[in-house]
This record gives sequence, C-alpha cells and structure tokens, in this order.
Amino acid sequence: MNDNQTTAAPVEGSALVPASGDGQVLPASLAAGPDTFENPGLPPHVHRAADIDPAAAKRAERQVATMFAISMLGALAFVVAYFAIRDEATFFLPGVGKASTQNVVLGLSLGVSILFIGLGAVHWAKTLMSDEEVVEERHVQASSPESRADAVAVVSDGVDSTGLTRRPLLKYSLGGALGLFALPLGLQVVGSLGPVTVGELKETLWDPENNNGQPIRLMRDPEMTPIKLEEVTNGSVFHVMPETLQHSIDERKHVLEGKAKAAVILIRLNPDDIKVQKARDWGVDGVVAYSKICTHVGCAVGLYEQQTHHLLCPCHQSTFDLTEDCKVIFGPAKRPLPQLKITVDDEGYLVAPEGFAEAVGPSFWERKR
Amino acid sequence: MNALAARRRHPAAIALLILVGLLITGGAYSFIAPKDANASAAAPTASVEEGKTLFLGNCASCHGTNAQGTASGPSLVGVGAAAVDFQVGTGRMPMAQPAVQAPRNAVKFDEDEIASLAAYVASLGPGPGVPDEEYTTPLEAGTEENNHAIAEGGEIFRVNCAMCHNFAGAGGALTRGKYAPGLEGVDPKHIYEAMVTGPQSMPVFSDTNLDPEAKQKVISYLKAQEDATNVGGMTLGNLGPVSEGLFAWVFMLGILIGAAVWLGKKAA
Amino acid sequence: MSATYQPRHAAELRDGDRAAEQRQAGQKPLGGIAGWLDDRTGAAKGTSYLLKKVFPDHWSFMLGEIAMYSMIICLLTGVFLTFWFVPSQAQVVYDGSYVPLQGVVVSDAYRSTLAISFDIRGGLLIRQIHHWAALIFVVAVFVHMARVFFTGAFRKPREINWVFGTILSLLAAIEGFAGYSLPDDLLSGTGIRAMNGFVQSAPVIGSYMSYFFFGGAFPGESIIPRLYSVHVLLIPAILVALFTAHILLVFVHKHTQYPGPGRTNNNVVGYPFMPVYIAKAGGFFFIVFGVIALVSAVVTINPIWAYGPYDPSPVTAGSQPDWYMGFADGALRLVPGWLEFESWGGFTWSMNIFPFSLILLPAMWTLIGIYPFVEKWVTGDNREHHLLDRPRNAPTRTAIGVAGIVMYAVLMFAAGNDLMAIKLHLSINDITNALRLLFFIGPPIAFWITKRICLSLQRADRQKVLHGRETGTIWRHADGRFEEIHAPLSPLERWSLVQHEVAEPLQLTHEVDANGVARPAARKERLRAKFSNFYFRDRVPTVTPSELEAAHHEHETHDSQVEAAHAPEAIEPAGRP
Repeated sequence: MNDNQTTAAPVEGSALVPASGDGQVLPASLAAGPDTFENPGLPPHVHRAADIDPAAAKRAERQVATMFAISMLGALAFVVAYFAIRDEATFFLPGVGKASTQNVVLGLSLGVSILFIGLGAVHWAKTLMSDEEVVEERHVQASSPESRADAVAVVSDGVDSTGLTRRPLLKYSLGGALGLFALPLGLQVVGSLGPVTVGELKETLWDPENNNGQPIRLMRDPEMTPIKLEEVTNGSVFHVMPETLQHSIDERKHVLEGKAKAAVILIRLNPDDIKVQKARDWGVDGVVAYSKICTHVGCAVGLYEQQTHHLLCPCHQSTFDLTEDCKVIFGPAKRPLPQLKITVDDEGYLVAPEGFAEAVGPSFWERKR
Repeated sequence: MNALAARRRHPAAIALLILVGLLITGGAYSFIAPKDANASAAAPTASVEEGKTLFLGNCASCHGTNAQGTASGPSLVGVGAAAVDFQVGTGRMPMAQPAVQAPRNAVKFDEDEIASLAAYVASLGPGPGVPDEEYTTPLEAGTEENNHAIAEGGEIFRVNCAMCHNFAGAGGALTRGKYAPGLEGVDPKHIYEAMVTGPQSMPVFSDTNLDPEAKQKVISYLKAQEDATNVGGMTLGNLGPVSEGLFAWVFMLGILIGAAVWLGKKAA
Repeated sequence: MSATYQPRHAAELRDGDRAAEQRQAGQKPLGGIAGWLDDRTGAAKGTSYLLKKVFPDHWSFMLGEIAMYSMIICLLTGVFLTFWFVPSQAQVVYDGSYVPLQGVVVSDAYRSTLAISFDIRGGLLIRQIHHWAALIFVVAVFVHMARVFFTGAFRKPREINWVFGTILSLLAAIEGFAGYSLPDDLLSGTGIRAMNGFVQSAPVIGSYMSYFFFGGAFPGESIIPRLYSVHVLLIPAILVALFTAHILLVFVHKHTQYPGPGRTNNNVVGYPFMPVYIAKAGGFFFIVFGVIALVSAVVTINPIWAYGPYDPSPVTAGSQPDWYMGFADGALRLVPGWLEFESWGGFTWSMNIFPFSLILLPAMWTLIGIYPFVEKWVTGDNREHHLLDRPRNAPTRTAIGVAGIVMYAVLMFAAGNDLMAIKLHLSINDITNALRLLFFIGPPIAFWITKRICLSLQRADRQKVLHGRETGTIWRHADGRFEEIHAPLSPLERWSLVQHEVAEPLQLTHEVDANGVARPAARKERLRAKFSNFYFRDRVPTVTPSELEAAHHEHETHDSQVEAAHAPEAIEPAGRP
C-alpha cells in the first residue's frame, strides 16, 4: 500500500470526509487541478561574479587562501603561546578586567585557527564551487508491494520452519526464559545499589544516643566552637552544627551526611515577638533553634531577615515566619521548619537535650509513620 | 552613489547601526558617569556638638529630635558609631524617600561630618564603635598563614553570607522587594560595620558570633576574590547559570544563526 | 522571465554510473588505499551514491547541524577532561594554586576540577569549551525542534525521526544535568540536593529510590562516580546511537525543502554533498567550534572555584540549574505548598513536588513526542509530506507551538525570579504571583494572538497575489487623490504564496449505519470531527487563477475608468520612507 499514491480521501475507513466534498485533497504541487496555479519551475540561474569574471574568481581564491593562512597563523600562535606564556601572567582586558593571559591567548588563537578553516571552506563553497542547483527526485518511502510480500513470505516461512506455531511448548518456554533472564541482572544492579536503611531519614546527629544520652552542645558552623546563651545577641543569627559532628570530622567519615540533616539556624528574637507558646518554650529567652534544611526539597534555608523575622530559601523561595513557629507564608514548601528544643547546660552553653521531634528536610512517604 | 549609501539597505546594516549606537552610548556614559568620591586619607576630626547640629538638620525629621525614633525612622539610641559610619558613609542615609530598603547612594557628608554625626549618636548610648583598622585591613595572600586565613574566611563567608549576598558577593533577592546588596568595591570598614550592626534586613554578626579575626578573614576573602584574576574571562555578573544561559541563547545562538544565514545565502 | 531554467538532475548524475566503463578510460583508476578498501568492502558504489545526495540551502536547516557539531565538540573535549578529572567524593585537603581555597577539605572530584582550571595548562579553556558547547548543544536542539515543528517537517514519513529527536533532546538535558553535577561544587551540589528531594517525594518508593541513587544516605560517596558513568558512558552511548539513526533517517528520507518555484513534493532542489555540502557543512563545524572556542577564551562559565566545594550547610543566593533544567526548577517555584497532604495511614503525598519534578520531564517530552500522531489523527492526512509548511499556513499548529513555548518560557523565567527581582527592583513575591497567573492565561492568549497573526499574514499574502506588491510609488490624481502603485507578481514570485493547500474540517457523514443503528465508531469520529473543526475552522483560501483573473479584470476596468475621467497629471515617485 503506497498511501501517498492514493488520490482518494485521506481518511481511511471512517465516517469522515473532507468537507470539500469530492475528497480530492492533494497538495497543489501534485494536483495541477483545473483552478490551481501551475508550478512555474526553477527560476533562471543567476551567475555569480566569480562565474563570469575571472578577476572576481581570482579574488575569491585569494580571500579563501588568506583565511586558511590566518588559520595556520592561529594554530602556530597557540603553540607558541602554550610554551611562552607563564601560568600566572595577567593583563588588563576591557570588559574582563584582570584576565589570564594564558586562557585568553590560547582560546583566541585556537578559536581563530578553527574558525578560519570554516570561514574559508564556506566562502570557497559559496564563491567558487558550482552553485547550479541540482534536482533529485524523491521516491515513495514504502517498499513496493512485491518487496513487502517477499518480506512477509520470508518471515512467515522462517517462523514456520522453526515450528513455533505448531509447538506451543517451545513458544511458551522460550517466552518464559527470555522474560526471566533479565531478572537476575536487574536484581543485581538494583539490589546492590545501596543500603536501604531509610529509617535513617528520621535520625539526626542531634539525637541524644549519639552522645550517650547526654544533651548535645550547639557549635558554630564552620568553626565548631560552643555557644554561650549570652553570646547570642538580639537580631543575630548563628549557623549551628551539633557537637557530635566533631567525631565525624575527626574521622573524616560521613561529615556531609551528618551535616545534611543536622544543620540548624539559631536566632535571638524579642521573646514577645514569638507568637507560639511552644516555640517560646523550646527556646531560651527568645533564642530559638530551627532546622536549616528546607522542608521542600532540602536546600539550606539561611536567609534571615532581621526586621521581618522571615527565613527565605534561596532555591525556591519558600518563606518561613520565625514568629509563628516557622510556618510557611509563601512558596512551595508545606510544612514548617522543625524546631530544635534547646536549654542551657551548667557551664552556660546552649545544648539540645532531645533532638528533633520529627524528621527534618524534604517530605518522604513514610515521614509520619 | 557612494559605497556607504549603496550598502545602507544591506540586511546587516541595522544590526551594525545598533551596535555602533550602543557602543557610542555606552562609551559616552562611562565618561559622563559620576565617579566615586575618593576618601581623603587624613584622620577625620569629630565633634559631638557639630554632630548634633548636623543631626537636627538632616536626620531629626525621621529619627526624632533626640534620636528616640518616630514612625518613619527607628531609634538611634545604642546603635553606636559603627551604624552611623556605615549608613551615612555609604550614602544610605539620609534617605531620599521612603522605600522598602535604603539603597547605596552618593555620600552626602564629608569624613569630618560623618565622624561628628557618629560621635553624637555614640554619645546617646553604648553601641559598637567604628572598627579598629587592625581588623579592617585585608590580609594579603602570599604567606601560607594568610592563604589559609583567606580560605577560612571563604568558608565562613559561604556559611554565613553567601545565601543572601551570593557566592561572589554579587547580591541576591530577599522577600518583597528587599535585597542583599552586592559587596564588590565596598570599603572593608563598611563591610565590618555592616556585620556588627546588622543594617536593615541583615542580621547582626556580633563579636560573640564572629570574632574580629573571623570578620577580618571574611573581608580578606572578599578582597582576595575581587583582586583575583578573572581566569575564565568575563564573569557575566557572577550570577550563575541564568546569565550563562542568556548569553548562550542571545549571543552565541545569534552569531551561529548569523553564520548559517551567510552560509545559505547565494554569493554575489 | 519565461525562460525556465533547466536544472541538472541527480538522476542524470547517477545515470553516469552505468556508463562507468566509458568513463574509466579518461579517469584516474581507483588505486591506493581507496582501491584496497573497495576491494574488501565494495564501498565505492555506496560512496558515489551518497556523495551525490542533494541538500537544499536554508539557514534554518543548519540549526540541527549546530546541535550535531556542538555534541561532537562535547565528545571531543569531554575525552580530554576525563584524563584529569577524578570522579571521587573522597575528602582531600586542597593544596593547589587557587589561594582562596588552600587548606579547605574538598572532594577529589572538586580538587581535580580545580586542577583542570588552574594547574593544567589550557585545561580551563577545554573545560569552558566543553560547558559552552553543552549549553549551545541543548539550545540548538530546542531551536531545531522548534523549526521542525513550525514547518511541519515531522509529518509522514518523518514521525519516527521526530520521536528520535524528542528522545535525543531529553537525553541531552539529562546528560547536561549529570555533567553539571560532576565537579561537586556548592551550586551543583545544591542541585543534587534538590534532586534528592524530588526523588524522595515519589509516593511509596521515594525514600528507597533516594537510597539506591546515593548508595545510602545523601550525599554519600557514590553519586559522583555514578553520575560520571552515566555522563561519560551510558547516555553518550545512547545519544550517539540514536543520533546516528536520526541522521541516517535524514539521508533515507532526503531533506525536506521550503516551497518555491521548481520545488515539489517529489523532488529536492539543492546542492550535492560532494563538494558543496562537504565544504559548507564541514566548514560549518569549524565555524561552530571556532565561535565556541573564542567565547571560551573571554567568557567564564561555571566558575566552580568561586562557588566553593559542596557542603550541605552553605548555599548561595541565586541557586539555579543550567538553563535547560530551568523550566523544572521554575515549575517548583510556582507550585503552591498546600498541594502536599497526608493520607490515612500517615503517608505523605508530596504533590507540591512529585508531579512537577519527577513527572514533569517525562510528561512534557511525551506530549512533544506524540504530537505528530495527534495531528495525523486529527487531519486524517496519510500522505507523505516533503514540502515544508510556511508556519502561517498552518495557523492552529503554529498557535499550539507558540502557546507551548510561552508555557515553557513562563516556567523557565520563573527559575530566574530572584534575579529578575534584584535586577529589575521588583518584589520576588509579586513576580512569582504574576508568573503563576501568566502560566494559566499566557498560553491561551498566545494561542489566540498567534493564530490571528497567521491568518492576517495569509490574508496579506492573498492581497499581494491579487493586487500585486506595493511599489512605494504614489500617484497623485488630477482630483487630488493619492494612490499607491502596485506591481503585479511574476509567476515565480507568486508561486510560494499560492502553492499551499488549505485543509478543511472533516465532516461527519453518517453516524448511523444502514439500519439506523448508531455506529459504534461514531463517538470517536465525532471527537475527531470536533478536533478537525478546531484545527481548520478558520482558514483563508488560496488564490486561484480565476480569482486572479477576475482581480486583474477589475483593476483594468477601474484604471480605464479613472483614465477616462481624469488622466493623472503628476507622477511623483515618493520613494520609500
């Protein structure tokens, strides 16, 4: 079936016809029907300057050769620059400022050597190679009916000779084997990709069992020094990590995994500004600590506006109101940032006695389970 | 008909004309644009009396005659000399008109006047003073000790500052039209003062949070970044992938399509 | 003008193949390496056939080549980069030459990327070429896709190639994201962090998927090596294979061409591969490479040294992915949070994340991929199309395309809402709300406007054919009237404006069969008729010769009347303004 040779209505076997009635919808180019224009044929060929004027051709030749010569110079310049320019050399380049001589010179010379090959080749093709248009005929994409019949015959003969149609046992057992062989491979790769200790999602380094049940000190990030209550002045913000992270840092193990869930922001507000009793209770004198990991997709929510007491996530602009227990007031996050309950230990340092009451960070299926 | 007139209808003519126009406008602007005032090196002389006079004349309408604050301006009791030096020294105060945030602006007072204003406000109540030059002098890269201090400053900067001011100090958006301003070209003293006083939306980084040495490291990191070679070339405003994408779409795709048009066009 | 130019036919060129023996005497014999090869492969026949293939000239046909070439540049420079890049998240102390990071604990991946940028001569240049080429690759893929869409080049027999192209563009974006993540800098790490959030948001299996991807808890030490395998092996292999099939199909189908005099649905008019297109296309590779290299010499891309190493605690203002992932990031910025809820059993449904991250990409690309089949079903057109549509002549399709682009652009701009806020001094909340609104009202408005513009352009074409082209010459008649002189179009000029067919909506003929029973297919057909009506309801007929004749006639009578009344006294060429 060569569809595009059929001149009938293009809708096969349906109750729809083109509204024109006679079903003759053809591209105008094919159907020079009674009242359509006729394709006027290719326009007359216009000769280029280089086709008729040997001087112009010579000029074009020289231009192309010049471009190739520039390319060669560029390549040579690259080689020279590669050895001649010191790594730390700089110069002033307008628009850039203090620029690295090496990168600029290597890049420009490389770019010129490559670009001018292209410019030369295209200019050559445009000016000197024949620009007489060539017409190639198209043929229907589909094979001829004979070829199709042939193909069908070959396949069905082949299937017949395997006996698949007559021996269902073979068919089903082969199907089963082919269906199952990928299973071990798939199982191996998926099964071994990682330990699936998803319960960890609800744990953080703030959990007291990481410190033999003792309250965990709040430490400055990245200095890892403890924080006294009176050091947290009004309007100031501390980025905080748990004391327990120090073990990981010392051993250089799971530092980032620990930080990824334990990052906390510590802020002092006027206690009267805090509108939620629980938030006030879990803090000390207006000093409150919240998880810094966004409940949306987990960016660090660090942008604290001192005057409005809003915390803003720079990734997707979820905005949390500190005075309302970090309720979401704008953006795509749903849940408030979890609060970390803090108190003061005997030496006056801020500590977290209990860890987070809920899972921190982005939502996941079994978060509340 | 001269050659120029003959080519005035060339498809590239408009593009070329716009380019030339832009270059001329840009070049002219860079000549006419106001230059930053150069600070004089001499130590300013301060006088509380003069400060009070200046205050009454320029600040009292919003901050109250005793700097106790009004509906249009906060109380200045206890903000310290550092706050005045920062706000007035960067031209943020006096504010031209009420806005969500006072923008950096041309400085309206000379050094002595600022020092006098600061002295007057400092006399109203204890607050952070203008920082010691010891901590506002950026550390020079070169020695291993200083290099590590600069790197530490970078770590402190990334944890405490980059979320608002962007990784390169190019500035960033806050809620409802407020923003963290860019830090490039800002006087180290003013960076220090901003940290201790927490102007506008910015939280306070008091000495108990970041000690003076840590602040100095942050300043040194910023200055080291500013002085660093732009190894890759133009920074596109240090705004990250957005400006890179825009550049690729507009500039690179534009050039490549231009090349394709040239390629597909019949030669003369 | 009437002399119709007789072009050479490729078939004529090929006829020469049969006369090879006659030619042999005068030609150089095939010897040397080529002869040796042909002895063993018989490649000469195929080669000569391929070299005579004809390609039409048009700048928009080079968009795909920009994509192809930038992909090749990425492959080439990517190989270079693998020599120095270390895909490991082992923590090391940086001691290279970039001062502001000396002594900082970083991952080996980040350290080695710094080394490429600072300590390996020319390394930064190669890195920047790689990244710029990657951006241009995806840009060119999308623009190429738009060209194919708006000209209807996806129609039969090219639907398969459209699907291949769709998959290629999706792979290009994923490949880009994987590569962007490899240096393990603060920005890309934040991106991976967000990706972890997307993965976790999947109902039921989210947490498990996250642990599978990261080989344990986020971030772990597995994700960079795994993304590395994906970036340098898995996706490039599929990309290259699919892209080869894509190109082969272009050869098999022969290139489409824009309508024009002498161009029909049954031919292709252009220049032979050898030598013209070898020079042009080959030369264009060097142009693309050269431009990217020049840009890489003077414009920074992805300054990972300034971002700093990845650490979950810090973050930078203006955290965005590379532009092609921007629309997904933007979608997440626009979605309101209340879509998340908890169901019975305490399960969390992150409907504020899951549908707009994990589902959005496959959904968008599926919509793109199935479009040719939808259009074919609606039009019922089963013919081969090798002549491109001018976008105005397919108003509904063009309008659908523009509406889709507007929707995409709204999401993409949303990803830059923070930068718009700071650069335009606007409130980020207002921008976000405006874009939320625009997401819903922008596409319908764009659809309507585009369709109207297309129809107007068609009407303008019609006017031009009927009444000629405006000459810019104004006549002043004796009675003071002014009239612009129109010059009739030559048949060559006219052809492009009258050659297209105007499809009409399909009409339902019989909903009941001969016995008066409702046909089971009728409901589907009714839907189809409705869609067809939507597509082709508004149309502008093409000019027919008889209409043109009538118009001429009218002009003549009009002119003779005018002349009879008052012969024009003054003729003033007003010139163009």
